[in-house]
Amino acid sequence: MTPQVQSALAQKLLFLADDELILAHRNSEWTGHGPILEEDIAFTNIALDEMGHAATWHRLRQELTGEDVDTAVFFRDPAAYRNGQLVELPIGDWAFSMLRQYLFDVYEMVHLAQLAASSYRPLAEAAAKIRIEEIYHLRHTAAWVTRLGLGTAESHRRMQTALDTLWPYAHQLFVNMPEDEELAESGTAVRPSSLLEEWQHNTTSHLTQANLTIPTDHTPPTTDRAHHTHHLTGLLMEMQSVARQYPTAVW
Amino acid sequence: MMIEDIWQALEEVKDPELPHVSVVEMGIVRDVQVEAGRVHVKMTPTFSGCPALDVMRQDIAAKVRELGFAQVTVETVLHPPWTSDWIADSARAKLQQLGIAPPIRHGGDLIPIAFLDVATCPRCGSTNTILKNAFGPTLCKSVWYCQDCQDGFEQFKAL
Repeated sequence: MTPQVQSALAQKLLFLADDELILAHRNSEWTGHGPILEEDIAFTNIALDEMGHAATWHRLRQELTGEDVDTAVFFRDPAAYRNGQLVELPIGDWAFSMLRQYLFDVYEMVHLAQLAASSYRPLAEAAAKIRIEEIYHLRHTAAWVTRLGLGTAESHRRMQTALDTLWPYAHQLFVNMPEDEELAESGTAVRPSSLLEEWQHNTTSHLTQANLTIPTDHTPPTTDRAHHTHHLTGLLMEMQSVARQYPTAVW
Repeated sequence: MMIEDIWQALEEVKDPELPHVSVVEMGIVRDVQVEAGRVHVKMTPTFSGCPALDVMRQDIAAKVRELGFAQVTVETVLHPPWTSDWIADSARAKLQQLGIAPPIRHGGDLIPIAFLDVATCPRCGSTNTILKNAFGPTLCKSVWYCQDCQDGFEQFKAL
């Protein structure tokens, strides 16, 4: 692997890890607050899964950069985080969180299938492993999108409102970053833009069947993963507070 | 000390979330090598986010050290990805006794995981059961209801 590809790959792994970690943290905020016990448990489980996936990506990155995983997670400032804005938005109502997870799940299923064909074997192996676990997420969130979309007038209204907000943010995931060119050329990872058509096809048909209207505007608020909303700062302050207050603590 | 002895000793390392079921029976320990007195164990995670993984890694290393090996490494391998098909029959029987339905064998075909809801009630053996929640008290378990016993039970999820 050339130094250019290696450095691009380390950055790509950060994109993957940060998306999963921040989404995991947001979902964990539902613990103890779910509308019913079963769904409280479901979001907590999904959060734990995504946290495990973030750790997997971070460990692959550590093999390339040598940076300790806990340091990368707990001692990196918001400006150095590279997650898409979709995952840092506050949890909103339950429809909002469920729809966000659904949109992300479809993206992951499409993305991981391609990453499993990476020429970098550790990346391919991790993608194949994670994709199997994601089946449970998509099955769960897709079912709830249908139930809420076709449910009561109130549940439908909340889902449509959530979709109108989330749809442009979700499109940021398909914006190519400078690193993606190097990775695509070397067969290490596909360009995110190449995943858009399949993602749009899958989500659009499912959302339409749930009687939801696809928003016409899909321009993401930013195309740069270095740009964040102010919401990320609050999230990291909470997530990093204990590690920063007791940097030498062992558990 | 033979490699078989190490495998034997690892049968005593239990999955913390499934008491009585060993990491060997679960198919978590994939390989044991001894070279110049150093032991190298390969383990594979069940669910990536499983909080018990670190405990199992430590327990495996500690158990091998108990046998007198000073240098032990436990490597995590992701390929081939762990599948619930690797859970041994002995472990399936123990799960059943714990009131946890064993996962269906899928032979690598993911379709049954995604669409076929099949679980046999560990108490009465009925297949007249319904999936209540694909997510349960731990990452590896789903929650079911038996229409015959009219009570809930857990199933180890197929993966």
